[in-house]
Amino acid sequence: MFWKYGLFFSILSGGIWGVFWQIFFTVVGILTLGTPLSLELSQIMIIGPLAGILYIKSQKILSIKFHLTAIIIITFLIFISHLGNPYQVEDENRLIIFMLILLTSFFVWVSLNHSLYNLSPGKLSKHDIESFFIKFMWGIGLIILILITLIPFYIMIMTSLKNQQSLILNPLDLSVNLNTDFKTLFNSYIELFTNFNFHLFLINSFIVSCTTVIITLFFSIPGAYALARLRIPNKKIFSGTVILIYLIPSIVLIIPLYAIFSYIGLRNSLFGLILVYPATTIPVALYMLRGYFSALSSEIDDAALMDGLSRIQIILKIAIPLSKPAIVSVGLYVFMIAWNEFLIAFMFLDDPNIFTLSRGIMSLNSSEIPQQHLMAGAVIATIPVMMIFLYLEKFLISGLSAGGVKG
Amino acid sequence: MTNIKKKNKNTLLEKEKKLGLILLLPTILIVLSVVIFPLLANFWISFKPVSLGDLRPPKLIVKERIKGKISDKNQIAEIQYRYRNSSIKYDLENVIIKDIIPNGFTVKDLQPTQFCRLKLKELICNLNNVSSRSSGKIILKVHKNDQWQKELDNPKKTKPLVTFSSKNVLTSFEFNTENFEKVFSASEFFEVLKVSFYYTIFGTAGALLVGLLAAQILQKSFRGRSIVRGLLLFPYVSPVIAVAFAWVILFDPFSGIVNSMLVQMNVIDKPINFFGQKYTDIIIFGYVFKFPLALSMVIAFEIWRYFPLSFLFILARMQSFPEEIYDAAKIDGASPFQQFYYISLPFLIGIMSILFLLRFIWTFNKFDDIFLLTGGNAGTRTFTVNVYEQAFAISNLGAGAAVAVVIFIFLLTFSLLFMRYSKKETF
Repeated sequence: MFWKYGLFFSILSGGIWGVFWQIFFTVVGILTLGTPLSLELSQIMIIGPLAGILYIKSQKILSIKFHLTAIIIITFLIFISHLGNPYQVEDENRLIIFMLILLTSFFVWVSLNHSLYNLSPGKLSKHDIESFFIKFMWGIGLIILILITLIPFYIMIMTSLKNQQSLILNPLDLSVNLNTDFKTLFNSYIELFTNFNFHLFLINSFIVSCTTVIITLFFSIPGAYALARLRIPNKKIFSGTVILIYLIPSIVLIIPLYAIFSYIGLRNSLFGLILVYPATTIPVALYMLRGYFSALSSEIDDAALMDGLSRIQIILKIAIPLSKPAIVSVGLYVFMIAWNEFLIAFMFLDDPNIFTLSRGIMSLNSSEIPQQHLMAGAVIATIPVMMIFLYLEKFLISGLSAGGVKG
Repeated sequence: MTNIKKKNKNTLLEKEKKLGLILLLPTILIVLSVVIFPLLANFWISFKPVSLGDLRPPKLIVKERIKGKISDKNQIAEIQYRYRNSSIKYDLENVIIKDIIPNGFTVKDLQPTQFCRLKLKELICNLNNVSSRSSGKIILKVHKNDQWQKELDNPKKTKPLVTFSSKNVLTSFEFNTENFEKVFSASEFFEVLKVSFYYTIFGTAGALLVGLLAAQILQKSFRGRSIVRGLLLFPYVSPVIAVAFAWVILFDPFSGIVNSMLVQMNVIDKPINFFGQKYTDIIIFGYVFKFPLALSMVIAFEIWRYFPLSFLFILARMQSFPEEIYDAAKIDGASPFQQFYYISLPFLIGIMSILFLLRFIWTFNKFDDIFLLTGGNAGTRTFTVNVYEQAFAISNLGAGAAVAVVIFIFLLTFSLLFMRYSKKETF
């Protein structure tokens, strides 16, 4: 059967990679040039498989020199097949188009090098076919995964740097003109901080989130220690209830909370938020920390008890220092929950002076306020969590995987 | 000897019990007051005809005015009290208005006489009932007497004291099942039910599947793996409001990039309103399918935002696999697919089913995402959005609470299932 031969797979992967990178770089071209480029796939559907055949037939003579020659050949073929002028663009854009084609050929070749490496053109065993397939899917999957994850963030940042006029004129033009000065480039951000009180929102968000973290840790550390170490009656029921409570969503509680807080006059205040947030985060923190404390060896506690330390002293002097990483990750996780919280802030806060960032961004969502302001607000809200996340990724990942089933 | 030992142990145990409860007490109190009490209050409200307006308790607004010159001895001036019931729904009962008339004035006349009297210098008006929206006036005709002092004797200096009682729907003991009848009998109930389960099942399963794929891809070590792992968690850690609006702008029908790109590339004729269109026709081999577009977009967002979580858990579990099993399988000639199907999958099935149940519960309860993307329009109204819609958009708190009760019952059922199931599997 023909489909059991390596040659067939080289043709297949050449075609798919060719089409994939052609689409990708056409989109890149549209976004950098801001002019429409028509997508023509018929040429690459022939050139890609040819490149695949070239690769698999010449596997024995692979060298840097050969790679470079191959890439140049592919580029040349693409140009020839488009009669020397791919995408039919004006002269001033020719150089960029040439770069795009060169990049397309380069990535096609690199992808082929990855998925066809060590594949013989002859008949293949079942094992070889499956490994080829897995390798091939791995490459495409990884690229698509990264692209899908990042595109909304890319749009967010690029939109926030544009101005109203250019957005309406050409929504496709996402290139950033580096010649413009700082003020026009970051105009939306400057607007938000000067006219829309975003400095206040930022401070409010920090106050609420940090206070939530402090209160949560203050109550959940002793609680978690008690659940992990002390002999309490009905411990199992306690633990079960903690999980149950942590599954109750705020949408079920929002009506009574709204009613009660309106009645006692705490609704439109940061204090009200600080009262509600820890109640939703303490069960999570308790659940996560209990796991960490249980993992600590209890012999240290026993030894400390023999030496005459009280339980409170054990918590302060032994349990907390020993599980510092855990406490940091729980704290960060709680910070993230509080920072990102939307529903309660949206329902509770009416006064623009005490808006948190989530609430503040919601107030930008109107037809009178330009899109790029909204996106600049989104970037401002995202940057602090991202910085914390990148800086302390390991901590946070362990925190997320310990209790982060809450969403 | 043994006796003493036993006693000591007991007291230690007692002490521990006490300390444990003390340490847990603050948590219990906070959770009771902010979670359990509101939960019960929600049940309470769901049986009452409460609207958003009822949260503002009815009030008697009293304004004091002076007509004429009070500084002129020979003239008669008027002190007027205008009162009004602020509520448009509820009557006020046992209304009493009291005020002090300063010594510097002599009261000549008092209207209306059947309600008001003067007791020394104190004005007491017993108005009994003030029906909703009604208003009235109390008029005192006064003139200045010899004791009058300019600084002290301003009638407005003392504020009128108002006491009344009113019926309050929130605290009264009147119940009916009107809200539930409304929720269940509405034609949209089954629509909401259908959309909720559609969203939950496909969102959860999709996120789990993409997470599994991502974990498979990232299990292989390559340069920059830890960076990619961090990148893939971005959707989950960033604020929902930021990423939801980024999606809305990305798919905007007028200025969105996806639409203009598809139009430029001649894939579609005219822009598609991805988040605002309930159905789109898809033609496959001449058959026209009605594809629920907005709902699918919301599900896609859900998958995009929550696959990192399943990915993280599955990857963690995969990295704890013993390598030797794979080596043994390779020697036995197992192909990569066989390795996955016969070794990896059985290992993962436990964590995946737990993840599925937990995520199922959370997706079912998800509000923010749909609310921000579509506002629950275009066939994306789930139960959670319906709570908001009933309670705050139509301002019928009772009906909203009734929907919340329905959600809670579902939640309880799922959680019990989860608890039973997770006992068998070690998390």
